[in-house]
Amino acid sequence: MKQMVILSGKGGTGKTSIAAALAHLAFQELSLVLADADVDAANLELVLDPTKREAHDFMSGQLAVIDPKKCTACGICAQVCRFDAVIDADRVYRIDPLACEGCASCFYQCPDEAIRMEEQQSGMWFRSDTRFGPLFHAHLFAGQENSGKLVTLVKQHARVRAMNDGAGLLLVDGPPGIGCPVISACSGADVALHVVEPTISGAHDLERIMGTTDHFGVPSLVAINKADLNLARSEAIAAFCAERGVEVVGRIPYDTVVTEAMVHGLPVTEYVDGPVTEALGKMWSRVKSWLD
Amino acid sequence: MIVTIASGKGGTGKTTVAVNLGLSLAAESKFTNPLFLDCDVEEPNAALFLHPTIHERREVGLMVPKVDAAKCTYCGRCAEVCQYHAIAVVGEGVLVFPELCHGCGSCSINCPTGAIDEVLHVMGSIERGQVNGIEFAQGTMNVGEPMAIPIIRQLKRWVIPPAPDDRPIILDAPPGTACPVVESMRGADFVLMVTEPTPFGLHDLRMAVDVARGELGLPVGVVVNRDGVGDKGVDEYCAAEDIPILMRIPLDRRIAEAYSDGTPLVEVLPEYGKRFVELWQRMAGGYR
Repeated sequence: MKQMVILSGKGGTGKTSIAAALAHLAFQELSLVLADADVDAANLELVLDPTKREAHDFMSGQLAVIDPKKCTACGICAQVCRFDAVIDADRVYRIDPLACEGCASCFYQCPDEAIRMEEQQSGMWFRSDTRFGPLFHAHLFAGQENSGKLVTLVKQHARVRAMNDGAGLLLVDGPPGIGCPVISACSGADVALHVVEPTISGAHDLERIMGTTDHFGVPSLVAINKADLNLARSEAIAAFCAERGVEVVGRIPYDTVVTEAMVHGLPVTEYVDGPVTEALGKMWSRVKSWLD
Repeated sequence: MIVTIASGKGGTGKTTVAVNLGLSLAAESKFTNPLFLDCDVEEPNAALFLHPTIHERREVGLMVPKVDAAKCTYCGRCAEVCQYHAIAVVGEGVLVFPELCHGCGSCSINCPTGAIDEVLHVMGSIERGQVNGIEFAQGTMNVGEPMAIPIIRQLKRWVIPPAPDDRPIILDAPPGTACPVVESMRGADFVLMVTEPTPFGLHDLRMAVDVARGELGLPVGVVVNRDGVGDKGVDEYCAAEDIPILMRIPLDRRIAEAYSDGTPLVEVLPEYGKRFVELWQRMAGGYR
């Protein structure tokens, strides 16, 4: 079983549209398990029409809570908190749940034992079925921490399922950025497919995300999306990749059919034939020969 | 007035709106020079469009424990109080895992023999400079580091004055709806959501509104970018939720091409300057 993660650094370059298309294409040749690792903006379900089979609470970390009956307003909690999470409203102390990082420093320092730590639910995770295979996905509640932990959880379940099913490919749709959820998304991957746009920011962010996957020992492939939007920049990205010994496996043209397909809730390759679908088909064969 | 530019979904045009808003306000003499903060420390891009001259740079990170072996009795209290498993006592040794540490200081406060000092673990840098009447600041997280929040927090503390007045302060937030986005919105007077009129854009806009309005109680408004592509979902949602659509930027290949080369929109289509100033005035006028 191979594991491929789709990343980009910069957001909105087409990770999910490409993940959905690859799922559609890969499904025709091998058995597949899917994981959406973008847990705070999970969009893969919008184009794969999943049927939810299981839903689980995601319990993560804890938050401090002040018992006003026991609190003597000494203010020590506010002094030790480094996250500005203790709100002092006229010597009535309470914890801002969005700022609290659950370190329990206030809990240990409170002389009146007025603070308790409460386990928090900060999201849900799901096992669903799609026409291309099982999908593991999640929903991190608004503004929550520990997205990396939730990504790890989603991927663990997806991986176990893929091994039990003897699946050929675990396809992971990753989050933007280079931080903790990205690190969780690329851990254990055999290859990262970076989706980049031929823009000044796309190229800048590619270098940083590739630095991240290099750092964690995950080899890279690159897909240039909207390649004809700026041919000179596409060439510059290809040259940068060649210098690093990274293969550009696809160049997908700029075409509003990608958005139309999304509006219809379908992978673009399923929605329409044309230059985009053709480019994605070629890309899938390159990816497949790389995986083999 | 502090405005955070957010979106939920990535790549909808946050940086485009933030940069052009900054340039347009800087060009108008009636505004104090705007302050611009690039809070997308994982992938900071605003400088690619603004080309600021940087005149000050600091390394930032978290204070992580450093154990003095001469004073340590290996009692294990530090490991017991650490909620992140960032410090462990193994026989006659103490292991510290800086990448797991949140810098809360609990281990050092609780150490009975005062054996724990705190030293800076560098996670990135913050910089400030200037360009075209904009006071510019950005944070950059080092590749391989997991935590963006400490960098965003220190960037804000460094450059945002304690009692901001009418001066325009613009924060360009990262994508998503998790904790780094919250940190970028905290303390703002208004959150401007840049979205595209597609199912992905709408799905993530809803979640970003849940954070800004639902969790933080902040007023929000929307900029619809690439207007004309996609469907009517964003318009219907905004009408139902009583969220003002403050600006529309049409789908226009010229805009996308200029963006790809790092050219600000107001340079290619100068008529947008006035529209960005109006956008600011509508936000400052107390849209809810």
